[in-house]
Amino acid sequence: MTRRVRRPPALPLVLAGGALIVLLLPLLGLLTRAPWSDLWASVTSEDAVRALRLSIVTSLWATFLAVLLGVPLAWVLARVDFPGRSLVRALTLLPLVLPPVVGGVALLSAFGGRGLLGGPLDDWFGIQLTFSTPAVVLAETFVAMPFLVITVEAALRSMDRRYEDAAATLGAGRATVFRRVTMPLVAPALAAGAALAWARALGEFGATITFAGNVEGETRTAPLAVYLLLDHDPTAAVALSLVLLAVCVVVLIALRGRWLGLR
Amino acid sequence: MNVARGTALAVIGAVALAACGSSASTARDDGGATITVSAAASLGDAFSEIADRFERTHPGSSIRLNVGSSAQLAAQIEQGAPADVVATADEVTMDRLVRAGDVADDPQLFAENTLVIVTRPGNPQHIGALADLADVDTVALCVAVAPCGRYADQVLDRAGVSVPSDRITRGADARATLAAVTQNDAGAAIVYVTDALVAAHAVSTVSIPAPDNEVARYPIAIVRRTDEVGTARAFVTFVRGPVGQAILVDHGFLVS
Repeated sequence: MTRRVRRPPALPLVLAGGALIVLLLPLLGLLTRAPWSDLWASVTSEDAVRALRLSIVTSLWATFLAVLLGVPLAWVLARVDFPGRSLVRALTLLPLVLPPVVGGVALLSAFGGRGLLGGPLDDWFGIQLTFSTPAVVLAETFVAMPFLVITVEAALRSMDRRYEDAAATLGAGRATVFRRVTMPLVAPALAAGAALAWARALGEFGATITFAGNVEGETRTAPLAVYLLLDHDPTAAVALSLVLLAVCVVVLIALRGRWLGLR
Repeated sequence: MNVARGTALAVIGAVALAACGSSASTARDDGGATITVSAAASLGDAFSEIADRFERTHPGSSIRLNVGSSAQLAAQIEQGAPADVVATADEVTMDRLVRAGDVADDPQLFAENTLVIVTRPGNPQHIGALADLADVDTVALCVAVAPCGRYADQVLDRAGVSVPSDRITRGADARATLAAVTQNDAGAAIVYVTDALVAAHAVSTVSIPAPDNEVARYPIAIVRRTDEVGTARAFVTFVRGPVGQAILVDHGFLVS
């Protein structure tokens, strides 16, 4: 348990205040521009509801895929010794630094109709991802998964492995050890990583508009709708952004309380 | 074992979702010709209206409208995106697609746009012509690589007006440039007539006389890999026909 600092020194307080200004002042600016009187009408319009629903559904799928594929990757990176491991680890994190629009071009060249994998998919099965909802999920997974991998891998590497050894000594098989010992120990990190990945997926813009396009009802998520609205209805754009923020804040606060055991 | 089984179920679920997503869109194809039209963002509103009218007058056909910057639309088509018709905001981007062999016919011009000066509401700095921009505190122009920035530079050049570079702010695209004025960051901007019309409630406009002005031309073309040539061609004809042209005029575009 953390020991409370009785009288915090001034310097960290001042710097922490600076951090809050950088993080929260822009949000405050958004709030002052919010069209409170017609906020409800703006966000309950058919287009806004459809975009929000698409955003929520695709971001949840992206989080699910990030967990499904990202946890095993984190485990391999943390536990399996193979040549070039640090290179693979660095490459895994590339989507974090890649400008999302470039990420979208990269996704096109991999999964587009003439892409490395997209070409054969189209030729052999007639499956075209571009301009489809699964393409949105793929773009969001691409940008979100690194957050999950980095968080879970750090937890796996820093955990005390003697618990696993003890379980193995007591006769537990590898799968049982993973399920009953390893996973519960990294559960808080998994929840944090999944929450980060989900938040990133929810706000995804650049990779989605480049790779999945901007087709109403199919690939127009809330951030893409905001981009279009900025042109002719800026107040509606602000309103939709606020709803997106509110959804995110509510879920993250709820998760912190319930899963992470923190207040 | 349970973990493995759970994982397998989850994978099946994910694949099923992907399959559902794609079958849902192909199911619509069977009902009639569905074509995907990629249009530059500035055309978005006009094209969504044109698409509605097209669907009403061509029963059984359906338009999926994909909007983005001209460069994004071109990148998607170059990578084999399933678009059937593409309309860009400039001829340079379309020429790139023509040279790469990605669009079928010679592109057809269907609309024009010109530039206009926008100022803060009521024109408090009394800007009357291009020459007055030299005295404005901050002038917003599009970046030089964007068509609207290129045109604006040409317009200023032709009128012999030089605005000191430290008083120019460059927006990434027309909407960002317009926003510089509506957000009070700039005293004036040069944008398209259509942008100024959209923001009519937040800016005043000062026209640029024809000899100095530039004309932006919008080309439309059929994507070479389309399976729906008939519907794609019908849509292009519709955009260039009386109904399409009237809708474009409503949105501030010039048609010939």
